[in-house]
Amino acid sequence: MSALLERLMPQFAALIGPEAFARHAAVVAAAHAAAAAHAAAVAQAAAAAKVAAATAPKPAVVVPVAGLAEAGRPGSTTPAATPPKPATPAAPPAPRPAAPPAPPPPPPSPLQKTDHAAVGYDLDATVAPPQVVEAARLLDAQGFSLDALTGVDWIAQHQMEVVYDYFHPTEQLRVVVRTRVPRAEPSVPTITSVFSGANWHERETHDFFGITFTGHPNLKPFLLPEDADFHPLRKDYAP
Amino acid sequence: MIAEKQPIEAAEVLTPHLEPSQAATPPTAAVSAAQGSPETFTLNLGPQHPAAHGVLRVLMTMDGEWIERAEPIIGYIHRMHEKMGENRTWAKFLPNTSRIDYLSAMHYTHAFVGAVERAMKIEVPPRAEYARVITSELNRISSHMVWWGALLLDLGGFTPILYAFDDREKILDLLEGLCGARLTYCYYRFGGLYNDVDDAFLQGTRAFVQHLRPRLQMYRDLVTDNVILRQRLTGIGEISAEMCRKYGATGPVIRGAGVAYDVRRTEPYSVYPKLDFKIPTYPEADSMARYLVRMDEMEQSLRIIEQALDQIQPGPFIAPKIPRVLKLPVGDTCYAVEAARGRFMVRIVSDGKEQPYRVKLRTPSFSNLSLYEEASQGMILPDALAMMGSLDLVIPDIDR
Repeated sequence: MSALLERLMPQFAALIGPEAFARHAAVVAAAHAAAAAHAAAVAQAAAAAKVAAATAPKPAVVVPVAGLAEAGRPGSTTPAATPPKPATPAAPPAPRPAAPPAPPPPPPSPLQKTDHAAVGYDLDATVAPPQVVEAARLLDAQGFSLDALTGVDWIAQHQMEVVYDYFHPTEQLRVVVRTRVPRAEPSVPTITSVFSGANWHERETHDFFGITFTGHPNLKPFLLPEDADFHPLRKDYAP
Repeated sequence: MIAEKQPIEAAEVLTPHLEPSQAATPPTAAVSAAQGSPETFTLNLGPQHPAAHGVLRVLMTMDGEWIERAEPIIGYIHRMHEKMGENRTWAKFLPNTSRIDYLSAMHYTHAFVGAVERAMKIEVPPRAEYARVITSELNRISSHMVWWGALLLDLGGFTPILYAFDDREKILDLLEGLCGARLTYCYYRFGGLYNDVDDAFLQGTRAFVQHLRPRLQMYRDLVTDNVILRQRLTGIGEISAEMCRKYGATGPVIRGAGVAYDVRRTEPYSVYPKLDFKIPTYPEADSMARYLVRMDEMEQSLRIIEQALDQIQPGPFIAPKIPRVLKLPVGDTCYAVEAARGRFMVRIVSDGKEQPYRVKLRTPSFSNLSLYEEASQGMILPDALAMMGSLDLVIPDIDR
């Protein structure tokens, strides 16, 4: 099991390419920097709040003292309206920092071993859209079989994800290959030339998400009615 | 053998002229050469055809009795379960999973609760796991009984289905006693079971195992060793291991091609690693091999049930403190089970909300049927229908 996984790792690393890893490292570094900046901002806000807490209550406590005797007296409303006056200039020193939004966690590495017991697969590889055919080819050479192929609509990121699941008929190993394409024009090359079984899976994914598989021999409606012009699994689809 | 077809001149129209002795030989060369030949006709099998076992349509281009091309056209019972998964909570989607392959409902609910349990890191009590194995294997037997009866019905034998349904009825009664349903069971829950297995069920199951063993022997004597059945299935409808791999075909189809692929072994789940059972394989890769795999599997299921009945201990049947409305951690999780027709996998994607972000249902019949076009090329129609029967298709499982 692990021998095959060890064989696959360098092959996938070579396929994904050092540029992708460098880009990922830069993204992670940026994410770490953002996280550090966020932590600093949070700390600063906390310190400012502390200062404000230390300074602001003073006028709140000190100033009303003059009117406290009257304010505490029920019935006299006019003096009670005056104390807020000195309290308002004290507000600016405590600028509500409104806790800056936490930056998103850094994306996972394009190639990582995963725990089968925890997620149900052993290797998770993210490749560029044109590389899915090469990824299928190298898994085919190692005797893998296509398990499933599907899409995920990440509407907030304006992206479509295409997920390729592979299993091995004799080894205890599962591989996931994913790629992301722009949501406006989702298109990936077909892998039907490598795995004939991808034909139906790609037709189904085309039906549900409107993802085009370039080079597919027969990309006509499959599970939906033949006149369907909608893609039901897109998140903005409303029946 | 037929000599290769000569290219047909535009002006001259040839009428097929076959000697009686030649007609019985599969014209493999002729089939590939006859693309677009004027002698072919279109045969529309289904979507309402008794041999299609549901609303499957196969558009066939026939060269006489020989199939030149058979393209399955699916989607007649498509219900968009995957979209339904996105607009309700995890628990509310659970009953949907038993309606995908209605003959194998236990396995399908098992995969879905398994995926959620894996994502939530829920520990399932051992008693629940054993009960799941017992009910799943009973379900496998009942599913194989339907396949067996229906296949023989296709082949012209009416009696076996009556025997098969007689025995299957006993399983349905047992499972009905547990969860109230006879077909679309929703017995498993996140973290365990809907209710505990009672003594009546355990004793009834033990009695059923004793009852079925001699019956399986009788099936063998009556049907499996029958020369008519053997001649209809042996050497016909070959689906090689390589074709299975290319199409992702699993279950008895790949095991009938000599590959010992079984999710219960390659991706062990539940308490299967604690149980001793064989994975029947036959290298012949023909319809008979797939037939024999399923017949052997029923015996193996009985073995599994017997061991699980011996090992099951009293204890809780569901994990404590499972929230009523689940919120799964962000990320994706897969869970696969060996259903009666092969590998069924659920891929769930959660964005941390109460409803799934995406539910992908990878069903075995979908992949198993996808190879039909390639495998049926050049076969005669009755053989292709026998091969279709040996694939054990459930159409709602393909369409989802």
